[in-house]
Amino acid sequence: MAKTSVSNNVTRSNRKWIIGYSIAGLILFITYQFLIPWEGLPLGIYDAVYQWMPPSAINESLVYVIMALGLNIVVGYAGLLDLGYVAFWAIGGYCAGWFMSEFFYFLNIHFLGSVPAEAPGIHINFWMVLLIGGFVCALFGILIGAPTLRLKSDYLALVTLGFGEIIPQVFFNGENFFGFNISNGTKGIVRVDPIPVGVKDLGPFDFGWKLLIFLLLTAVMVFISLRLRRGRLGRAWLAIREDELAASMMGVPLMRTKLASYAVGAFAGGLGGVAFATHVDGVYAERFNFTISIFLLAMVVLGGMGNVWGVILGAFILSWVNGNGLTAFGQFYNDRFGTEVDFASFTFLLFGLVLILMMLFKREGLLPESRLKLMLHEDELDDEDASGSKKKVGK
Amino acid sequence: MMKMHLVQRRKWVSNPMANVLEAQNISVQFGGLLAVNNVTFNIPNKSIVSLIGPNGAGKTTFFNVLTGLYKPSAGKIVYGDREITDLPPHKIAEIGIARTFQNIRLFGLMTAQENLLVAMHSHLKAGITSTILRTPKQRKEEREAEAKAQEILDFAGVGKWTHEFARNLSYGDQRRLEVARALALNPKVLLLDEPTAGMNAQESQVFIDFINKLVSERDIAVMLIEHDMKVVMALSQRITVLDQGEKIAEGSPDEIKNNPRVIEAYLGKPKGARK
Repeated sequence: MAKTSVSNNVTRSNRKWIIGYSIAGLILFITYQFLIPWEGLPLGIYDAVYQWMPPSAINESLVYVIMALGLNIVVGYAGLLDLGYVAFWAIGGYCAGWFMSEFFYFLNIHFLGSVPAEAPGIHINFWMVLLIGGFVCALFGILIGAPTLRLKSDYLALVTLGFGEIIPQVFFNGENFFGFNISNGTKGIVRVDPIPVGVKDLGPFDFGWKLLIFLLLTAVMVFISLRLRRGRLGRAWLAIREDELAASMMGVPLMRTKLASYAVGAFAGGLGGVAFATHVDGVYAERFNFTISIFLLAMVVLGGMGNVWGVILGAFILSWVNGNGLTAFGQFYNDRFGTEVDFASFTFLLFGLVLILMMLFKREGLLPESRLKLMLHEDELDDEDASGSKKKVGK
Repeated sequence: MMKMHLVQRRKWVSNPMANVLEAQNISVQFGGLLAVNNVTFNIPNKSIVSLIGPNGAGKTTFFNVLTGLYKPSAGKIVYGDREITDLPPHKIAEIGIARTFQNIRLFGLMTAQENLLVAMHSHLKAGITSTILRTPKQRKEEREAEAKAQEILDFAGVGKWTHEFARNLSYGDQRRLEVARALALNPKVLLLDEPTAGMNAQESQVFIDFINKLVSERDIAVMLIEHDMKVVMALSQRITVLDQGEKIAEGSPDEIKNNPRVIEAYLGKPKGARK
């Protein structure tokens, strides 16, 4: 009977997460916006926070969370291996670069922007650029997906890998794209507009308020993920993940359903790209390299494919270790023991090790989707009593 | 204590009202291999017909052609008054030809209910936005679909496993669930590929009764591929025999039982006989 409860958990809708998430988010926000800058705070705590988890690091982690949630829809839900997800991040980033900066200096287009009207360039409101970035990426997802999604697993992975290389390269060399400058090439697009939130405009150093915005975007992605999973489309994705042929025989149009997962996943990539551009206050082509795709994939796998909470945890941990955690630990260790080990240079060694260990001992990820957990653990059970006494159906 | 059931055999009228599905002169070629050779096969409305033959005769290939998985190299398939030869599999499923598989292909890590809801995919309308916003219309649609799924699960005798993962069900229940999933497509034609494989005599009998009930209560025609002759003889109004891709016989169960070519295909030629 224990199993019945597992499956019930899978299908039952659960809205409690909104409360828990809001409380956790608010605590985080209040800590970073009010508590840490507070003068009465003991200096020790202040230093520790800035060493271990500075506001910029937590914001950057959240950007990764948003994108990992998008990749989770493609990889975790629909079971399509995408090795080129960074392409959507880049496109989202450049949407921010194009539509909310002085990049197109010869134009003067303003729409509810946060800069004075005489500033050159295109300045569209941040919230609209978010949507534009999302939808442009969704469109590119469909454009990239349409010819490639006919391919089966390994081949699909290879082609997405190709696209993940091509699109950042286009931007990298985009100073002269058929005569047009679309990206400023290696110089990048520096300074994007602040985020207007009514009472004030958030510049690059308003970490606390931007934290709140990123938390909101994450919540939106969680909401979309959970709702879609329980609906008609989510079921079709799972069915394709389980058995593509049977799904098509049951009336699920494979191409359209896979394209939908690509589009939704890419949409999140666009949100993440725009968010990241405002986080680093610019768009830099060299940021969008292949390792990011792998990094995001590792977050999804490590956290627990298919489960949004697992993915959030995985993304948070990996991006923290990569961005700040290891450096902080190195500093701590060296101070303590008087050594001079450069811990940050061991990042990828550590990732490799962690991934190998995870695949050996906890294949389903940190917080796995209950379905996958069941699958992986029943395989073990099957191995154990292969003698044929497999009579444990809950009759 | 096996009780002999009296199986009502519906009369197969030699001039049926109409065929729901007509496969005309179908050939399937894989490279140099002619897997199905010029086979014509009709399924009359509300009938139960069988396709039998030794292993490798091309039965499953023929099934795969009917469901759009393979395109025939020659011939055409007409469903009602519509030619469906070139439709993709999901379209064929949508318009009313559903199937089960020789080796069960349920969505193991989805619940019984979800398995049926997937099959209803093409009949449901909710899109991305209405699912995210969970509009009243979408909620109503989901509720109705769930109710209908439950009804079909009950009908198929697996109603108590609604929220159980398909892979946790017993073998017989998985077979039933697979039929239930096919029924969720609301098909006019149900293609069953060796549905009683692995069942014991008693389970087979339950299955026979189930199919009879299905055809008598619903507007549906059933086509069977089956090796268990007891099941075939008990259910079929018409039997077609394939051997090496060719149709070698067609007729009522009694005709088939006594057809020398069928006996030859199954048992081989009598010793010493030469042509």
